[in-house]
Amino acid sequence: MAQYLMSVLADSTALATEAEQAAIDVFNDRLRSGGHWVFAGGLAAPGTATVVDGRDGEPVFTDGPYLESKEHVAGFWIIEAPHLDAALRLAALGSRHCNRRVELRPFLG
Amino acid sequence: MTDIGEAISRVHREEWARVVATLARRLGDLDIAEEMAAEAFATAVERWPVDGVPPNLGAWLTTTAHRRAIDRLRREVRREEWHREALMLADTPEPLGAIDDDRLRLIFTCCHPALAMPARIALTLRMVGGLTVPEIARAFLVHETAMGRRITRAKTKIKAARIPYGVPFRDDLPARVSGVLAVLYLIFNEGYLASDPGQEPVRHELTAEAIRLARLVVALLPADGEAAGLLALMLLTEARRAARVSPDGELVALRDQDRGAWDRELIAEGHALVRARLATGQPPGRYQILAAINAVHTDAPDARDTDWSQIVALYDQLLRLDPTPIVRLNRAVAVAELDGPQLGLAEVDALPLDGYHAYHATRAELLRRLGRSGESRAAYGRAIDLAGNSAERAYLTRRRDQLAGP
Repeated sequence: MAQYLMSVLADSTALATEAEQAAIDVFNDRLRSGGHWVFAGGLAAPGTATVVDGRDGEPVFTDGPYLESKEHVAGFWIIEAPHLDAALRLAALGSRHCNRRVELRPFLG
Repeated sequence: MTDIGEAISRVHREEWARVVATLARRLGDLDIAEEMAAEAFATAVERWPVDGVPPNLGAWLTTTAHRRAIDRLRREVRREEWHREALMLADTPEPLGAIDDDRLRLIFTCCHPALAMPARIALTLRMVGGLTVPEIARAFLVHETAMGRRITRAKTKIKAARIPYGVPFRDDLPARVSGVLAVLYLIFNEGYLASDPGQEPVRHELTAEAIRLARLVVALLPADGEAAGLLALMLLTEARRAARVSPDGELVALRDQDRGAWDRELIAEGHALVRARLATGQPPGRYQILAAINAVHTDAPDARDTDWSQIVALYDQLLRLDPTPIVRLNRAVAVAELDGPQLGLAEVDALPLDGYHAYHATRAELLRRLGRSGESRAAYGRAIDLAGNSAERAYLTRRRDQLAGP
């Protein structure tokens, strides 16, 4: 089994609609019943982020995300799947249910 | 080349894909499979002249490569888990099923949709076709180091993202197959008209491999019209192989070929496939139309009997699916046969294909027929400069030198 990070890509900070949230719940149940669930969460808007650099003496705090971009990660799943084909299916399903594009990226094995 | 040298290069062509595919299944790692296969061939080059050529070359190579892989995995502490897996898998009985061919598994992995198309093609040519990185680089007009990086990056992704080494889920199959077909057609074409002047002009081992794999895909997906169409196209092209290069290594144009030397069995099989597709009444795809065009050619007992209006009509149909300058160029050749070289040339001249040897070769032939020798000679010159295939160059050079006057 391998683990994959499935990041939800969004181009606005609008939260999931009620219908989208319901669909996400259905998808989550499906992940759990299929034994694919590891963890998931929604993230607050990128503007709420703080970049912290503690490498050198006093930590430096910078308000805002490390990268200003049109799209941002609005949430994520961590899933478990035997191989990429299975993970791609789950990612396609997840994308459909949350109504956003997702990026699938393997954890180092 | 010595006899042993010849035996090794022949066995490389014939056994490469099988050795890589078998190792990839046993070891679960494409990169190590390729590396160990290459080492096994290098060992053969060292050992066979001393020890003699073993009776079963393929088995010797697979065993040698597998032993080396196990040795290496044992040495690598970091890969301990791997090592255990490899040792465990080594003696597992081979799974039997409808698709019991490691090379097909290998090709589905190499053609995986999570890889960019250029990477899929390059990887398949390297892993399945056994082409070298320089050959692949040349086929795609990419620098060698860039092509090497492309292949390495693809292998890294296969491993890190766990692209499975296997046949896709059944409902993913149709989409996955069209990617495989595109790659097989490229392998076939590289064999049919080798791009490297240092290569034999026609590389039967590649066309044969492409046909073998196409047969497997057809067996796997009997309802896929394009798989059948591609197989028919390959068979009808391969049928003309013996007539295509003269004894002194010159390409023979379709109209000048000895049709008695065509392989009637392959033609019959190709025609049967085309007829079966027509009988379904389903709209044909690109490969089926190309196969139908080749069926018209191979149906004519003499070049003069060719039904050019049928061929032009088929190219019109193809243009609707695939409106590219290369299809237009091929259509223009048929138009020249049907309506004369003047009309054909007018269509050719409008095409943005200055870097393509066949564009200049076509112009040269049409200009010759129109008696415009000077322009024809210049066009032959451009075609010769751009053509990589030695037999094609020989043909074009002779045609140019036949031209009278300045």
